[in-house]
Amino acid sequence: MSQTIATPPTVRLDSDVVGKPISRPEGPAKVSGAAKYAAEFSVTGPLWYGYVVSSPIAKGKITKIYADEVLAIPGVQQVFSHENVPSLAWFDRAYKDDVAPGGSPFRPLHEPEIMFSQQPVALVVADTFELARYAASVLRIDYDVAEFNTNLEVAAPKAFDAPKGKTGFVPPPKPKGDVEQAYADAPHKVAGEYVHHAQHHNPMEMFGTTVDWLGDGKKMKIYDKTQGAPNVQQYIAKIFGLSKEEARIISKFTGGGFGSGLRPQYQVFMAVLAALELEHSVRVVMDRSQMFSMGHRPHTVQDIRLASDDQGYLQAMEHNALAETSQFEDETETVVNWSGILYKVPNSQFDYKLTKIDVNTPADMRAPGAATGSFAIESAIDELSYKAGRDPLDFRLLNYTYTDPTENKPFSSKRLDDCYHEGAKRFGWDQRNPEPRSMRDENGLLVGWGVAAGCWDASMQKAAAKAVLAADGHLTVSSATNDQGAGTYVIMTQMAAQTLGLPLAQVTFELGDTEMPEAPVQGGSWTANSVGAAVKDACQAVGKKLLKLAQKMDDSPLAGVDFEDVQFADGHIRANEDISRSVAIADILAASGEAKIEAEGKAGPNPINMLKYSMHSHNAVFVEVKVDEDLGTIHVTRVVDAVAAGRIMNPKTARSQVLGGVVWGIGMALMEEAYLNNDLGRYVNHNYAEYHIPVNADIKKIDVIFVEEEDDIASPIGVKGVGEIGMLGVAAAVANAVYHATGKRVRELPLTIDKLL
Amino acid sequence: MSLHFIQEPLDKAAPHVVPTQAVTLNVNGEDHTIQIAPWTSLLDALREYLDLTGTKKGCDHGQCGACTVLVDGKRINSCLALATVYQGKKIETIEGLGAEDNLSPLQQAFVDHDAFQCGYCTPGQICSAQGLINEGRCKTEDEVREHMSGNLCRCGAYTNILSAVMEVLHDGQVVVDNGTLVTIPAQPTQSSSVN
Repeated sequence: MSQTIATPPTVRLDSDVVGKPISRPEGPAKVSGAAKYAAEFSVTGPLWYGYVVSSPIAKGKITKIYADEVLAIPGVQQVFSHENVPSLAWFDRAYKDDVAPGGSPFRPLHEPEIMFSQQPVALVVADTFELARYAASVLRIDYDVAEFNTNLEVAAPKAFDAPKGKTGFVPPPKPKGDVEQAYADAPHKVAGEYVHHAQHHNPMEMFGTTVDWLGDGKKMKIYDKTQGAPNVQQYIAKIFGLSKEEARIISKFTGGGFGSGLRPQYQVFMAVLAALELEHSVRVVMDRSQMFSMGHRPHTVQDIRLASDDQGYLQAMEHNALAETSQFEDETETVVNWSGILYKVPNSQFDYKLTKIDVNTPADMRAPGAATGSFAIESAIDELSYKAGRDPLDFRLLNYTYTDPTENKPFSSKRLDDCYHEGAKRFGWDQRNPEPRSMRDENGLLVGWGVAAGCWDASMQKAAAKAVLAADGHLTVSSATNDQGAGTYVIMTQMAAQTLGLPLAQVTFELGDTEMPEAPVQGGSWTANSVGAAVKDACQAVGKKLLKLAQKMDDSPLAGVDFEDVQFADGHIRANEDISRSVAIADILAASGEAKIEAEGKAGPNPINMLKYSMHSHNAVFVEVKVDEDLGTIHVTRVVDAVAAGRIMNPKTARSQVLGGVVWGIGMALMEEAYLNNDLGRYVNHNYAEYHIPVNADIKKIDVIFVEEEDDIASPIGVKGVGEIGMLGVAAAVANAVYHATGKRVRELPLTIDKLL
Repeated sequence: MSLHFIQEPLDKAAPHVVPTQAVTLNVNGEDHTIQIAPWTSLLDALREYLDLTGTKKGCDHGQCGACTVLVDGKRINSCLALATVYQGKKIETIEGLGAEDNLSPLQQAFVDHDAFQCGYCTPGQICSAQGLINEGRCKTEDEVREHMSGNLCRCGAYTNILSAVMEVLHDGQVVVDNGTLVTIPAQPTQSSSVN
């Protein structure tokens, strides 16, 4: 690092704000209802409403749409379907978004064929929302039904190796040693099949798009719910043959995404289609049942074999996974690799396969692949620790690895050991009676304590940002990134304020508009480091211009000082060697006569570091459950989640990310399952009442520990990201705690009453 | 195999739908008259006709609580309420509790405790918490957790929502931090000193 801007925590100044628990600047807008989400923006002129009609069948063909009947209703403007959609882009590549998996993307309203239940088949547009919904409800459609299969087990014989190509997907590690022999020879061994079913993201805000038809050629302002405005723009622009000026995407607030908003969803296609065809402003919002028509965490079956020697050292590891995908795309996740990264084992082999069933393409969902793999491997490790007669925590420490065994590379940093130690201390793990069924609370409930670990990529993507310092001293930094609740607004404000040594009140960060410099979709825990580094770069570029201007001032105290030898602090540029040699930024601006000083910055992955190092965040989770054996009910009463994810830019919002991750883990462990009825080929619990997620009463005490790492290899700003890591290990720790409480090992999620009784 | 499948409509498409009617709603102390279909929900009346979009739609089925508003001080799911039924009642929405530059104590506590992430369930959480405080029967953490369980938060901000509500419930006398945050400082590691 060439710049010597003070790096916390060594120096504390008023403007030294990275690492402090700052409240979100957009907080007041969110708590007062002023924050506008996609379906809430006003448009110029009247607004029409579109309502989506979904297929009731899983496979077949539309034979007739009785559009005339609803078009006869006064106020209904149009019914869009494959029968009247104009010819659009022809090749698959036009429909490929930045994070599309391999295959042929779904094209809404393109042809009469039905490929999955709840496939959108028509859009009814009317003067009011009430009328559009009513008209959609009475639209008659005839279908020819074809035979289908939505059962993973039936499709299992046709499994194939997961193809490469999707962003972030890493194929399984190469085999090592001789697993068969080592497994046969080992004194302690476990083998098990681990299963979870489809899970849906279900962000609170339903997918919606408001298109403001500006009436000047094909110009539109497209307010969309997404995790990445630029990804939506390139998708829409390619399909409809629009320029970037015509298809401007705006996404200021995103009411949760968790992966569901990585790829453009069909409501944005439909809203733009209707606006272009009718030359009118249109709003399309999905309903909650339609939130189950988009991607989901794929139903996955994993087989694990593990073996250890007498002392508990791992000798063999086999981890195989089979996941569902759609007939038309190959959604791939990194599922089995994490097992190889977490543990040192001389003989190992891994496999990851897909098989096609008649559902929509699954999608990345919070900690995709890792949440899946972590449940299985951390359950199996726990089981083997009992067989080997070791404490589950000791067993993990015994098999700890200081290098990444899958790639034979050092970690850029790894303090998982400290996560184990600090987490155990806080949880009181040394008070644990190792015997299952040995602990009870004052009411006679069985008490179980479980532990598990997790691992996630610390990866960077290309990102850009722009910084504008106005003559009045206010700094505005912008990037077309996203804030689905992760805290992008606040941490980027902190990064900008810190880099130029300005008070927070003098800094505004803006995001979610394709007129801003491009940033990647918000996912993979890469926003903080990628966009953060771009923001820093842009602000430093402004800083360099400021220094030059300062040096042009009469008798400048900074004359002859290099940029590397100055610091920006408390509204001043100061020489490192002698901080009394200082010029106020306000004075520089006044003396320069410039209306504004602006610069762009960018950041991206460092290929050399990627070749030399394995870069990951880690966590250790400790869980207490209480089980009522008579009723089979399980309550998670206490969680400690210790996270090592590099530098924490804002412990307040980072803690919230980890708290949320724990809640997700509890949901995955105990509640979440989209029931796929194989006779109907349809998720039958497609609403919030029957697809259970944790409520307030389900969540008791959660402690978060950040074990900070100094790591300028994983990212130039030392950040690894916390969006996914907090969730990892939670589901396994719950299952392990349930085993400790009850002596029952459940390998299928969710851990519902029926599996325990 | 090929079956002929007809989707059964909910109703025969009517050539004429029931005409709209004038409905007067008292929202945040002001009367508003709008022309709406009789089956318009209070939620849609607020969002689509009065541009009071602080009240959120999360499910439209009374399952998530995002649409919670106060009617004569009591919390209701506005998605399950027909607007026309609420004429003559005092409706209070998140916009009425406090503005961006003049937050209510509850709104401020939500900001201070980081009791939200994406912010979408937040107005409903706050209106529900205000209703809970008005009801006056919850005192303990467990009671508040239970009586705030009609409001889903997919970001999982429950811990901080509880802290914020408890602080206001006890008038700032008790500051609850259910769950603590510890930061273990960075130690220079072997690998990070390589560069």
